[in-house]
Amino acid sequence: MTLGLDPATWGAVLLSLRIAAVATLCSLPLAIAVAWLLARKQFWGRGLLNGLVHLPLVLPPVVTGYLLLVLFGTQGPIGGWLRDTLGVTLAFRWTGAALAAAIMAFPLVVRAIRLGFEAVDPGLEDAAATLGASRTRIFATVTLPLIGPAVLAGAVLGFAKALGEFGATITFVAAIPGQTQTIPTAIYGLLQVPGSDGAVAVLVTISIVLALGTLALAEALSRRMQRRIRG
Amino acid sequence: MIDVAVQKRLGDFTLDAQFAAPDGITAIFGRSGSGKTSLINVVAGLLQPDAGHVRIDGTDLTQVPVRRRRIGYVFQDARLFPHLSVAQNLAYGGTHDREAVIDMLGLGALLDRRPAKLSGGETSRVALGRALMSNPQLLLMDEPLAALDTPRKAEVMGYLERLRDRSQVPILYVSHDMSEVARLSRTLVIMDAGRVVRAGPVAEVLSDPQAVPLVGVRDAGAVLTGRVQAFDADDELTQVALSSATLTLPGRLGPVGAQVRLRVPAQDVILSTQAPIDISALNVLPCRIATLIEGQGPGVAVSLTCGTDRLLARITRRSARAMGLRVGQEVHAILKATAIAAADVGTGDAP
Repeated sequence: MTLGLDPATWGAVLLSLRIAAVATLCSLPLAIAVAWLLARKQFWGRGLLNGLVHLPLVLPPVVTGYLLLVLFGTQGPIGGWLRDTLGVTLAFRWTGAALAAAIMAFPLVVRAIRLGFEAVDPGLEDAAATLGASRTRIFATVTLPLIGPAVLAGAVLGFAKALGEFGATITFVAAIPGQTQTIPTAIYGLLQVPGSDGAVAVLVTISIVLALGTLALAEALSRRMQRRIRG
Repeated sequence: MIDVAVQKRLGDFTLDAQFAAPDGITAIFGRSGSGKTSLINVVAGLLQPDAGHVRIDGTDLTQVPVRRRRIGYVFQDARLFPHLSVAQNLAYGGTHDREAVIDMLGLGALLDRRPAKLSGGETSRVALGRALMSNPQLLLMDEPLAALDTPRKAEVMGYLERLRDRSQVPILYVSHDMSEVARLSRTLVIMDAGRVVRAGPVAEVLSDPQAVPLVGVRDAGAVLTGRVQAFDADDELTQVALSSATLTLPGRLGPVGAQVRLRVPAQDVILSTQAPIDISALNVLPCRIATLIEGQGPGVAVSLTCGTDRLLARITRRSARAMGLRVGQEVHAILKATAIAAADVGTGDAP
């Protein structure tokens, strides 16, 4: 099933979806942990962590991509270690694109979830403790369900951001058709070739449909969650 | 037996409170800001004291984490989990005596509902049931009625009296409402500015003229225990037998033979040196003056012994002088039947 699209376009769409999904799901637990730290804990280096998390939001994406290349390239300190010990290469692979997308989306995801933590009444957690619940149980049965809508909002925002990521991705993993070429990099590539307006129009349409679809799905899920919470 | 002696600095405020109380309901009474909630938060373990101890039946809980203290807490704002049903809320801390608790608090019809769909009174009852089902060795209640309107208050108060009469769990009951305190508690702890200024059996403290400034002039008043003797359906009046006389009070206060607790506000007691005739007040008690205490203001607190009951009256210094009141004198205490408000009449045994 390719919906009548040519294989290159279809490949770019599938790859974009896969990259965005992997980037969102893999970064979500870390985003929840960081959001919790920032919302609830006072510790040395809190400001530093906050700044680090927000850095991709304010840096030019090309700079982020370049830094990824330096750190995670096969010659880089982290990339070299990953290749030598785990046999994993990120640069110029779709996994690298997922990493770039995750890092670019991270500040948005953390922000949304942090707001969720700040909206939870700590009194409810105290109440759970007086009823004999451990910290883990309180988190799993009280805090997490109550921040559900915020986690969802963060995930949707992150997914949409990951789908559209361009600068860091093209710098870190280039745009190799079938391997690292996502919808935005494919559109950019097509724009360099005269007479490809039709193909561009198809990808642009798909982008819009995906974005609206994501929003609609998120809205529906969020309503259901709110109903479950508010009763 | 609960034994608390704790110190805690909270900004400008210092909590430095100690008291010991037997089982039953212990009321912690005081103005808002007197440190009542901080005190029970220390008992619950939600607030770590700078120094001191919290002991229940001799076991020191000061270093025990909140979740292992087995102290149930009914918060003023109930704090039901909004994403869970009533049944799930109730079972969160355990299912001890589940059927009995559901029956006692009338929760059967609420089990499938969400907290958002409960009325104020229902919310309080569910919060109470949830705490009881966790099988606590002590129950803390922080103004559980404060957020309710008068009819809901009366409804929940009935359930609290049932709880007191049926459950063995000792309770610390925080309140700034003297009629609640007088109806429910066995022991009274009065707090002011972070300190315990008086503690003792409720009937003793409330009939002590020395305690009037601590309780507050408006809230001062003795607690009497009587027995319903008869009900006059035509006039809607109940006869309540005290040790020295029979009171006639408005409304149906309970079945014949039932014990009732009455709070008699000190400012509603009128004293007369002679037996009054031709007055509208229905209740005249022969009493003897036990003590006379002059306060800071224009008032005099007079403690009276009427049979074995103790009554407290608050009159002006000028009246006391004009009547020549002295300790040991026989006087008549006159109570207007309507001075005893419905909220001040409770069921139950001797306080």
